[in-house]
Amino acid sequence: MTSRVNDFAFKIATANGTGSASANGLIMQAIFRMGVPVTGKNVFPSNIQGLPTWYEIRVNKHGYTARTPHFDLMLALNAATYAKDVAEVRSGGYLMFDSSWPLDEKLKRPDVTYLGVPLAEMCNATFKGVRERILMKNIAYAGVLAALIGMDTEVIAALTKEKYAAKKALLDSNEKAIALGYDYARANFPCPLPIHLEKMDATTDSILIDGNTAAALGAVYAGATVGAWYPITPATSVMEAFKGFCMKYRRDPDTKKKKFAILQAEDELAALGMVIGASWAGARAFTPTSGPGISLMNEFIGLAYYAEIPAVIVDVQRTGPSTGMPTRTQQGDLMLCAHASHGDTRHICLYPADPREAFEMAAKAFDLAERFQTPVFLVSDLDIGMNDWMVPKLAWDDSYRPDRGKVLSADDLEKARSFYRYLDVDGDGIPQRSLPGVHPKGAYFTRGSGHNKYGAYTEDGDEYQEVLDRIARKVQGATKAVPPPVMKPTPGATMGLVTVGGCHAACVEAMDLLAAEGIKVNYMRVRGFPFGDEVRQFLEQHEVNFIVEQNRDAQLRSLLMLETGVHVEKLESVRYYAGFPMSAHHVISGVKAKLEKAA
Amino acid sequence: MTYIAKPKVHHPSLKKNEIGLTRRDYEGAITTLCAGCGHDSITAAIIQAFWEMSIPPHKVAKMSGIGCSSKTPAYFLREAHGFNSVHGRMPAVATGANAANGDLIMIGVSGDGDSLSIGLGQLCHAIRRNVNMLYMLENNGVYGLTKGQFSASADPGSTAKKGEANTMQAIDSALLALTLGATFVARSFSGDKAQLVPIIQAGLAHRGFAFIDIISPCVTFNDHEGSTKSYAHTREHKVEVVQADFVPPADEITADYQAGTVKNVMLHDGSWVKFRKVADDYDPTNRDNAYAHIRDHQRKGEVVTGLLYLSGDSKDVHDQNDTVPGPLYNLPHDQLCPGNDALQKLQQQFR
Repeated sequence: MTSRVNDFAFKIATANGTGSASANGLIMQAIFRMGVPVTGKNVFPSNIQGLPTWYEIRVNKHGYTARTPHFDLMLALNAATYAKDVAEVRSGGYLMFDSSWPLDEKLKRPDVTYLGVPLAEMCNATFKGVRERILMKNIAYAGVLAALIGMDTEVIAALTKEKYAAKKALLDSNEKAIALGYDYARANFPCPLPIHLEKMDATTDSILIDGNTAAALGAVYAGATVGAWYPITPATSVMEAFKGFCMKYRRDPDTKKKKFAILQAEDELAALGMVIGASWAGARAFTPTSGPGISLMNEFIGLAYYAEIPAVIVDVQRTGPSTGMPTRTQQGDLMLCAHASHGDTRHICLYPADPREAFEMAAKAFDLAERFQTPVFLVSDLDIGMNDWMVPKLAWDDSYRPDRGKVLSADDLEKARSFYRYLDVDGDGIPQRSLPGVHPKGAYFTRGSGHNKYGAYTEDGDEYQEVLDRIARKVQGATKAVPPPVMKPTPGATMGLVTVGGCHAACVEAMDLLAAEGIKVNYMRVRGFPFGDEVRQFLEQHEVNFIVEQNRDAQLRSLLMLETGVHVEKLESVRYYAGFPMSAHHVISGVKAKLEKAA
Repeated sequence: MTYIAKPKVHHPSLKKNEIGLTRRDYEGAITTLCAGCGHDSITAAIIQAFWEMSIPPHKVAKMSGIGCSSKTPAYFLREAHGFNSVHGRMPAVATGANAANGDLIMIGVSGDGDSLSIGLGQLCHAIRRNVNMLYMLENNGVYGLTKGQFSASADPGSTAKKGEANTMQAIDSALLALTLGATFVARSFSGDKAQLVPIIQAGLAHRGFAFIDIISPCVTFNDHEGSTKSYAHTREHKVEVVQADFVPPADEITADYQAGTVKNVMLHDGSWVKFRKVADDYDPTNRDNAYAHIRDHQRKGEVVTGLLYLSGDSKDVHDQNDTVPGPLYNLPHDQLCPGNDALQKLQQQFR
């Protein structure tokens, strides 16, 4: 293999529950601290222990962060998946295995270099307890890898010291295990391999973070005080992180009492009901969930839409339908979130592409929910939510004040001649609201049944229709408030490439690779729903637009057609929905296939 | 209904409570329920209870689900915020509202369909959580709005209006509440205002989930001979085990009953419930005893009424969560947002 510095990918195959996460985290962080752009993706089963799990690390000096299915080096440490893992190595690549056990010669490939390391033997000889031997085997492979790809030993030593500063025994074991692997590799293989690292300074202003942690931070910074939820993969860590941050930042310094409430509901129905109750009473409240949770929440989503109650729903999408593959990623809820519940509904959706946007949009979701008095969906996915992304450092504007929307204070109500909950007083479709307990004049009856603009029950068709039309106008008004699409023009391009959310990374890389072959596209990534007019204009200006997304039924394309009225012939669908994050390869092959068909 | 600034033409001699409001100030819209509906009698008891306690109406949140009973919050306390949520899901909405603003005085009104079928799970979990609210289950054993189907509280053997007999067991909500650890459990009858009013008042003063099951006959679909939730049947078969008087904090506890027959239990706000025994073997502070007593009488075809169980040790959601005093919803943003400096510092751990 020719030398490839800071541009390669490797994959670590282990079994779930063996403690490989901390070794993988150490590897990621060490590369990052060497200033080299890096991304890590978990490929894990819906299971606690024993089933195969993988961790994929991509090192790329250009900063490409999409998944790549081409692995230069495989750490094949799980016998159960060995055959599959061998097959995934790029021709000319390397495979590291535990030589404590004999290798199945039938599985040897002539185009792959095999690197046997007696990890189990070494760890059994060095460590005493069974658990420690298993755990340290992981740290030892990190040591082997460090030597193979030329990781900075000082960086690793510093990281280990930081992590186990308070646990001397663990620090000793870790240092010993790293040295075991490192020394063995240096003594037995030509280290570093042609695929290796060299220090850069491309990560100084970045952090490594997953989208769920970032979204939780957004909720904290926006001032959410009530979180209600029902555990579900892959959204669970949103609330766990929110709780962690609240415990750190939201307790009274003297009494330690909590300035937040987290309610673990009995199901997703109740979770959203709690959010609606809390929002109705004036708190910023949210619930994290995934597709199956949204399915259950539908009746309450309709209530919040029609009764005009703010609610923030963080949907970390996984594959569907039904239980689907709970630990795989997809963009299968785009339609569901846009039009959840029965009757005519249309919901504000925000589509982050990475953890930084998950942070910013999570915070924004609360402003939009309160300003427009309606449910707002932060439509993330498992790839964004649970994987480790390198993103620019998060920043917060301290001059930010929450947009509470048209909430009347006791003073406002005292001065008002009258208050009617659903009157369009300002002509923007957004009515005024009052909070319970504030003032006698603010009283009204919230209901999901037919009501007129004064808030009174009605079965009069015209009155009902008037309210429904105003709500439609109100939500349409959000087109100017949701984040505008990201657009990137390419000189001379006549075709469009359109995508949403986590496909962004793959599209960015694909565009460069396509351009190198003379295929130029203008780029648009939508970031908010309902779509603004600029989205329609972009689609109109190209004869053909490739709509890149991760679901079977081209949901983004359907939404674009429905909302913009752009003719179907202008919208070519490029889809990948096998449950793994999209790669540039998927985009390129999809675009080329469409072009060849047209030619 | 939406607040309408209509002139309040009160007779000058109408009696006022401590905050200067008349009983009429605690009324709501005109009822749309059938004439004679038990629910309307309960509404009247609610109005009286709130008025006597001098509770400012706008400090109250009236929560309900869907069904005849769930319409009733429109008929009392017009200056309170009302919330007619979705079928069976009022407990979750109430839980959230309580989390945001624990200072709201919360009353939930539900029915046997709303609470014991579609909403059974939510009721159970609101009890488990001990949400600080008064929860009134207006129990008529029948689905009124869909015209006469059995509900989950219909007794086995009781008949529908057209004669069909119910074959399934009934869910007894008071036993359910006791089993789930409710800290306040009562049963009453819509036709017994004298019993109901002090129970409602005690329930409002109780910190935690105060559950009242109220037999409330449906005059249109379930007030016939074969019904066990009719006016006639309930009047004939109800058995009061204790007489509970509610004594507000400011009032003196007077020993107007013989020693040994009266039990005083203090509530969190300093008010008292004064239990006078009617049944000799009844102890309203003993959960097991209450359960057995209700079951014993049930076997005899009797309906035990009164404040059946009251826990002196009740920790609501805010107590359990150890939340700061006062509502969460209006905490100043600078107390909630850690700020950019903290964010920059925090991010050291992501490097």
